[in-house]
Amino acid sequence: MELVMSMAIIGGLGLFFAIVLAYAAQRFAVEEDPRVEMVIDLLPGANCGACGFSGCAAAAEKICCGEVPVDSCIPGGKAVCDSICEVLGVAAVASEGRKVAEIHCLGSRDVAPDKFEYQGVHDCKAAMMYSGGFKACSYGCLGLGTCVEVCPFDALSMGANGLPQVDTEKCTGCGVCAKACPRGVIHIVSADRKAKYVPCNSHDRGKTVRQVCEVGCIACRACVRACPNEAITMEDNLAVINRDKCDDCGKCVEVCKRGIIKDVGKVLVVA
Amino acid sequence: MNLLALIFVAILANNIVLSQFLGICPYLGLSRKLETSVGMGLAVVFVMTMSAIVTWIIDLFLLQPFSLEYLRTIAFILIIAGLVQFVEMVLKKTNPALFRALGIYLPLITTNCTILGVAILNVQSQHNIVETIVYSIATGVGFTLAMVLMAGIRERLELATMSSYLKGAAVTLVSAGILSLAFMGFKGMVAL
Repeated sequence: MELVMSMAIIGGLGLFFAIVLAYAAQRFAVEEDPRVEMVIDLLPGANCGACGFSGCAAAAEKICCGEVPVDSCIPGGKAVCDSICEVLGVAAVASEGRKVAEIHCLGSRDVAPDKFEYQGVHDCKAAMMYSGGFKACSYGCLGLGTCVEVCPFDALSMGANGLPQVDTEKCTGCGVCAKACPRGVIHIVSADRKAKYVPCNSHDRGKTVRQVCEVGCIACRACVRACPNEAITMEDNLAVINRDKCDDCGKCVEVCKRGIIKDVGKVLVVA
Repeated sequence: MNLLALIFVAILANNIVLSQFLGICPYLGLSRKLETSVGMGLAVVFVMTMSAIVTWIIDLFLLQPFSLEYLRTIAFILIIAGLVQFVEMVLKKTNPALFRALGIYLPLITTNCTILGVAILNVQSQHNIVETIVYSIATGVGFTLAMVLMAGIRERLELATMSSYLKGAAVTLVSAGILSLAFMGFKGMVAL
């Protein structure tokens, strides 16, 4: 009798839940947008977070609802944007093209000294908390490689000079490193930009820059005067080259007293 | 029994994770970030209370009359699994916002030992329905507390410099042990 009762009760409970669940599965069925799955497949799947969502799946959902533009995926670039447009049946939008990260600092240890010896946590953000960073220049790269660690695409590496280097092949311009850098040394720029740039991030006045760094921009304005296209402007004590106006003539390179106007891709050889 | 004492015991003195060592897997697996630990904690409070009520009712009206108490474990597992599935479906349809907040944790909780543990503890200590509800919520809060404390510690540990032998799982287990020791200080403050 007891055996029958126990079987009946456990079996009955099982049956009861089976019926309830079967009923609930129909009664509470949620129709999901089939396009979301398709868009998830199209996205790179790196879950880098450059779009501002926690991952590609979350972004796909928002793209399908129309809450964010179809070109929200920065690493995916134009190719992904176009295929998403196809799935969603919307007109293709003009994308800005591929972007890459650019390191705006040349101040390796030997040319830009430290103001004290830092022995704390090996992380740029942690170093920044300690008296604003150990580097004498308060704008330059700290060189602890936080950007290298956060890069979801393995595109950054620490060079022999203690500065990060961008592998432009691997870099997707997602901007995760730029957000992680506590000193804002990394800029996200168009991949087909003009080569000349000023690899300095210092907004200090010339005198201060001279004291803390051998390769910092001292805001002497020589390049501004030399540029035939008026592409160079002085923004808060730092020469900035407008890449749309620049034609790579190289006159600024000749006049730069500190020799720091460089061609992108040629700065990496500094040992 | 004094309900306040019951709450104190459930949250601090007999913390489900740190004193009874139930639910260690989510405790270590989901405590890497504060955000996820809070989400998991809230989901546990929700499911624990619900399942404790249902199992208590079924125990009283189905198992005890036929003196089938020895089937509690298997019956409760069945009930909890079915219930969580059901709640998941209902939530998805009726309250998508809550579903998104709890959604990923619900399937994890289905087979969580804390939930089953609390359901069994409730009937074993012969709580009435009010005590069952209070004890379940308090235990869930205690679980959340342990999760949040652990997540806070681990977020700091991430940045700390330490020997490579200690990194990762090792230092996590050591800190969990120290945290558990700290909670032993509450032992004996309330006699039940």
